[in-house]
Amino acid sequence: MPNILIVDDSASMRQMVAFTLKGAGYEVEEAVDGADGLKKAKTRSFNIVVTDVNMPNMDGIQLIKELRALPNYKFTPLLLLTTESSADKKQAGKTAGATGWMVKPFNPEQLLATIKKVSG
Amino acid sequence: MTIDMSKFLDTFFEESAEGLDAMESGLLNMQEGAADNELINTIFRAAHSIKGGSATFGLSEVAEFTHHMETLLDEMRAGKRAVARELVDVLLESVDCLRAMLAASKGGDAHNPERAKVLSERMGRMLGVVVESAVAVNSENSTSGTPAAAGAGWRIVFSPHAHLYRTGNDPVRMLRELAELGEFKVQCDTARLPRFADAQPEECVLAWTIELRGDIAEKRVREVFDWVEGDCDLSVEKLAANAVIKPAQQVAVLDIKLAEPESKSKTPDLKVPTPDSRSATEATSIRVGIDKVDALINMVGELVITQSMLGQVGKDFDMSRVEKLMHGLAQLERNTRELQESVMRIRMMPISFAFQRFPRMVRDLSQKLNKKIDLRMSGEQTELDKTVMEKIGDPLVHLVRNSVDHGIEMPDVRRAAGKSETGVVTLNAFHQGGNIVIEIKDDGAGLPRDKIIAKARKQGLLGADEEPDDDEVCELIFMAGFSTADQVSDVSGRGVGMDVVRKNIKALGGSVEVKSESGKGSTFTIHLPLTLAIMDGQSVLVGRENYIIPLVSIVESIQLKPGMVNLVAGQGEVMRLRDEVMPVLRLYKIFNVAAHVTDLHRGLLVVVEGEGKRVGLFVDELMGQQQVVIKSLETNFRKVAGVSGATILGDGTVALILDIPGLIQLAQQPVGVDRVVPVEHIATIAA
Repeated sequence: MPNILIVDDSASMRQMVAFTLKGAGYEVEEAVDGADGLKKAKTRSFNIVVTDVNMPNMDGIQLIKELRALPNYKFTPLLLLTTESSADKKQAGKTAGATGWMVKPFNPEQLLATIKKVSG
Repeated sequence: MTIDMSKFLDTFFEESAEGLDAMESGLLNMQEGAADNELINTIFRAAHSIKGGSATFGLSEVAEFTHHMETLLDEMRAGKRAVARELVDVLLESVDCLRAMLAASKGGDAHNPERAKVLSERMGRMLGVVVESAVAVNSENSTSGTPAAAGAGWRIVFSPHAHLYRTGNDPVRMLRELAELGEFKVQCDTARLPRFADAQPEECVLAWTIELRGDIAEKRVREVFDWVEGDCDLSVEKLAANAVIKPAQQVAVLDIKLAEPESKSKTPDLKVPTPDSRSATEATSIRVGIDKVDALINMVGELVITQSMLGQVGKDFDMSRVEKLMHGLAQLERNTRELQESVMRIRMMPISFAFQRFPRMVRDLSQKLNKKIDLRMSGEQTELDKTVMEKIGDPLVHLVRNSVDHGIEMPDVRRAAGKSETGVVTLNAFHQGGNIVIEIKDDGAGLPRDKIIAKARKQGLLGADEEPDDDEVCELIFMAGFSTADQVSDVSGRGVGMDVVRKNIKALGGSVEVKSESGKGSTFTIHLPLTLAIMDGQSVLVGRENYIIPLVSIVESIQLKPGMVNLVAGQGEVMRLRDEVMPVLRLYKIFNVAAHVTDLHRGLLVVVEGEGKRVGLFVDELMGQQQVVIKSLETNFRKVAGVSGATILGDGTVALILDIPGLIQLAQQPVGVDRVVPVEHIATIAA
């Protein structure tokens, strides 16, 4: 089963995402911000990375940029969690190398559908 | 599959409370006119998280309200909106309102919806938009979209650009997704396929023509390619009822029978038991640093090792193994003690948790009283037991209110007295002599001596002919039933007097006292015991003894060169360091231990500072820095001058923690008989 890194500074969102994914059988690791996410991504390989945009220390866009530059993450699906208001963020995310995005708020079913889209 | 979102609500409420605190303190720190980007960003992120969370967890009212705050903050962040007083005020009020709304959602008291509406409208006016009653935050994102417009199906030509793989997208996954939508037939276009020698494995050179039959909405088809817009050429055309794909040149016909990728995952039933304990017990929680938890786990590991060792000793026991048993038991004792300490450490929190409410309080109070007050805080990282912290909160609030209300004068009075119009209230916390000390200082008028005496006489607390000295006057304000406020004001003096403050602090095993100087202000000092406190210390070696010097008091450590130290009559050894003269204290002499190094320029000198004065402590060697658990010497032994407490090091030995202010006082005493420098040392200094 793919292992997934979820990066979000909000503990409740992280819990929700992690709980949903773990329940579906995925292996999940959590990181509290971009810097933490980058550190964790370097210690092992993840099949999928899901990251929030607005975070302290390092934001999601920068994280994706950094990850995409790593040989291990050249082709890895990197997903952004954005809010409905940030169409420009989607573009910024794409430029940075994001694979796709998920619009907040989303429910567990939508989350699983999106993850399924990029897993396997 | 349904997941009960409410199980995440507790976490959400908790982090929202933290977010609101962060917003509040950020807003209070905001300077009018100037935009500090990092600060605005922090506030924005907090609002953003609350909005996102509340929308996700079904609190649409909160999400809607926060949306306006977020928009305002976003404009500030982008520099489109100046930081104006009115704006900060509205945002602060919104923080309060949000707090009430969240409390209401949590199941507390109902909040006032009118207030939220009024604030929403105010923010809306600032934004220049009409507030619609419902912001579409809960777009259910229905994937089915428009009712099926298709009939026969779709013909899709999908030709990804070469870099597609580097976006993390994979055509195979997309084809698979399409295959799930209906009857699926695909042809691969290999026209761009280079010769093997020229092939770039990281580039996507294939294209596909897909025939998808079934009653599928175009939107649903396009959605599959949502993420690769701009990364591919795509055409989606309606399929005629019986159209057949015309084979293009060099087309390999592939009839992909796609494996059902999710068959192996067989999504386990996510029926989660929903314990309905959420409202029944409101568990308070503390955030614990990961290092503390790691230490705990470590300790438990040790405990397990000891246990298994003891188990082995006990298995076939004879008298020859008594020593081993004793050793094991000693180890068990140490493990247990360490475990206990680690558990206690979990309860320690920085005092900033108690301090953080004051900026807002002082701001609000000073507005209400028309005073100008600057609040300064220091030592917020000083750690304090959580229980002590909770109990010290109210007394602190009372004292700060007192300083603001009674201490600081009105601006015109201050000006007339030749002081700056803005009064300063200082909150300070630090470790001292085995205590935690919290100071609340103001530069106001000081305690009104005559008024206090008159009042005390009236209350019968003081005889008519008694003339108390200053200290006694200060004591008077802590007497039961004493309040000097001419009239009971809204701010302080409402029944709860200083006597209650003192009683509460005494209940914690602490003490409170006040020093006051007429016209210059007063200082309330709270001493709290710190049997549990943790401190960062520098371990130093003198002879065979370890001593801990509090890291905060260390200025620098230097190696002495000959000639830096002189003997001054009546003051002992004195060192000149960069035009500053300071006494040198030889620790081995103060504590009367045999040192390995007595020659000043062969050991090390640790320059420490306490109460604004510096001295150099002469030690043999510097050891490591570590966090130490402070044990009170007074409760276990007796008070020792120059020592604030003791700690147990990792290897089980006891190290004394130096009381720097105490040592500096020792240094200022005239050279006594026991501190006369012996002749041979004078010789080494001169050398």
